[in-house]
Amino acid sequence: MSDHANAARQPATNSIKEIVISVRGLVVQFGEHRVMDGLDLDVFRGEVLGFVGGSGQGKSVLMRAILGLLRKRAGVIRLFGQDRDALPPRQLRALEQRWGVLFQNGALFSSLTVRQNIQMPMRENRNISQRFMDDLAMLKLDLVGLPPDSADKLPAELSGGMVKRAALARALALDPELLFLDEPTSGLDPIGAAEFDELIGTLQKTLGLTVFMVTHDLDSLYSICDRVAALAGGKVIGAGSMQDMLASDEPWLRAYFHGTRGSRLIGSLGRRMGGREPA
Amino acid sequence: MATKIEAEPPELTRRESGDIRRIVLTGGWLLRASRALERKADEIVSQGRGARAVVIDMSAIANLDTAGALALNRARNELIRAGVAASFEDARPEHQMLIKETAIEILPPPRAKPTNLFVDLLADLGLSVVGALREYYRGTGFLGEFVAAIGHILLRPRLFRGTSLVYQIEMFGFRSIPIIVLINLAVGAIVAQQGIFQLARFGATTYAVDLIGILVLRELGVLLTSIMIAGRSGSAITAEIGSMKMREEIDALRVMGLSPIEVLVVPRVLALMVALPLLTFIADMAALFGGLLVSWGYGDISPTTFLVLLKDAIGVNTFLVGLIKAPFMALIIGLISTQDGLATLGSAESLGRQVTAAVVKSIFMVIILDGLFAMFFAAIHY
Ligand SMILES: Nc1ncnc2c1ncn2[C@@H]1O[C@H](COP(=O)(O)OP(=O)(O)O)[C@@H](O)[C@H]1O
Ligand SMILES: [Mg+2]
Repeated sequence: MSDHANAARQPATNSIKEIVISVRGLVVQFGEHRVMDGLDLDVFRGEVLGFVGGSGQGKSVLMRAILGLLRKRAGVIRLFGQDRDALPPRQLRALEQRWGVLFQNGALFSSLTVRQNIQMPMRENRNISQRFMDDLAMLKLDLVGLPPDSADKLPAELSGGMVKRAALARALALDPELLFLDEPTSGLDPIGAAEFDELIGTLQKTLGLTVFMVTHDLDSLYSICDRVAALAGGKVIGAGSMQDMLASDEPWLRAYFHGTRGSRLIGSLGRRMGGREPA
Repeated sequence: MATKIEAEPPELTRRESGDIRRIVLTGGWLLRASRALERKADEIVSQGRGARAVVIDMSAIANLDTAGALALNRARNELIRAGVAASFEDARPEHQMLIKETAIEILPPPRAKPTNLFVDLLADLGLSVVGALREYYRGTGFLGEFVAAIGHILLRPRLFRGTSLVYQIEMFGFRSIPIIVLINLAVGAIVAQQGIFQLARFGATTYAVDLIGILVLRELGVLLTSIMIAGRSGSAITAEIGSMKMREEIDALRVMGLSPIEVLVVPRVLALMVALPLLTFIADMAALFGGLLVSWGYGDISPTTFLVLLKDAIGVNTFLVGLIKAPFMALIIGLISTQDGLATLGSAESLGRQVTAAVVKSIFMVIILDGLFAMFFAAIHY
């Protein structure tokens, strides 16, 4: 797994890379509370961007702003090179079919079974036979590691981790080019989380998927993220490869990656890779 | 900018080379191609059938996604089932991986067995009768729990949630005043107009005042108010408690050692029992005022005459008959809507169903109760 991660880890300075998401000067405010304060961020095609930041710093808010679920005060958000504010509704709809979203709490439709949840985007946007949709739904379930008998369950009958997986299956329904994940591995057991990472890695490799992933899972950051961006005080305080993050002198980044949990992991990883523990 | 949206459609060409039939795939085998993807996959099967061996040449495929890979796998499996040795060749590494990931055996979902319509009908009927009886049984049990909770609170007044009660009275009572005044004013006016119009044929227009007074005070005031509250506050109670149930808030109360009946049900039901008589009084006044206005404008009965006639027509008991019913109406609305809220299951659909059921049941029970009261008051000549 780490082989692949290293192979895919390209320097972010590669200027030929296509920018899939570009955020410039984003300001989001709830009443007097300014959550995004002139935030800039780029996500390149084919990369997995890990997005970290303290609880309540606005990671979910940024994701919702990019998706157009929140009103922004100022700033420009370009997706696939297109300014979403300037797009006519028809093109916006076409654009929206190019991404899949996994919300923090799954957001499965509670009155539909898992199968119906997965088929919902296909039914609405693609003209394919019911049989093919059934097969596709079962395939997506298999991909995310859910047993076939969960297809006919209602979300209320699933465990928290299963809800996450089912929601990922739904996010993958249209084979999107861009995947938004909000804390995908929280609520999963370590084995499940590792499988999840592996799945994202496989999808990225095979489909050339671009992934924007909010996560606190240091394992995910190490194993599948090509770049990491950190949010604090309404701005991106650092973005770059994991090595850059570890080498950074920024106090919050130091606390985050070199805190007890972080350094334990770095230590073990260093031993595993036969490398030196980063300073 | 080159984006994947304009990918070419999936295509295939067939080439014979000796014993082996090569099917060369080109274009984008993507879910975006919708029906074309399925059609082309079926075409692989029809083209391959009859050959001894088929090679599906993937070297020229432009794009492939999981749906495309699944469709190809399905086609290959079908060929193999038809006795053709089918295999993929020359796939790029990432496409090979996709083909491998999607090569799962998919069992067709079990289809529901066809059943007899008549038997289904009988079964449904039986189920709904049993359901109704269960509902009654549970409702009685719930009333018991409510009374027990009240008893518990009376023994330990510290548990009484005064703030909540006041807040609920404001929500259910105070905020309902405008709509209650409005509809009762209108109904009073309509009864007056009809009374005057119909009685004029007998030269007995002044009896319209008796009609208004008795009808409004005994029946209409309390009935309309109860129905309005069942729709307005009953539904709000069910929705609120139901969504708390969905988000495990009720369970959170339980594990803190708090009783949902004491915390949620008692304040709401008591608030309704306080608010509904007050609203009924306001409704009575509004309806009488509406009647007075119409009698004055339409029936030439001056307000003074109206009041004198009204005083002769009704007694304190007429007024009390309506008012006595109000707390009972409130009790039944409150119990039904809180119980239905607590019975909500996990889904949004279930919440909607419970709210509808609560309102329909409340209104139905309010009318039944009103009928029972009418029989009772007639029996005791009140
Ligand atoms: N709809 C909203 N209304 C008001 N404040 C909000 C809303 N959504 C988020 N916030 C605030 O924005 C901040 C960031 O929230 P969020 O993005 O959910 O944090 P996290 O980084 O943990 O995902 C928090 O302080 C939260 O209180
Ligand atoms: Mg969040």
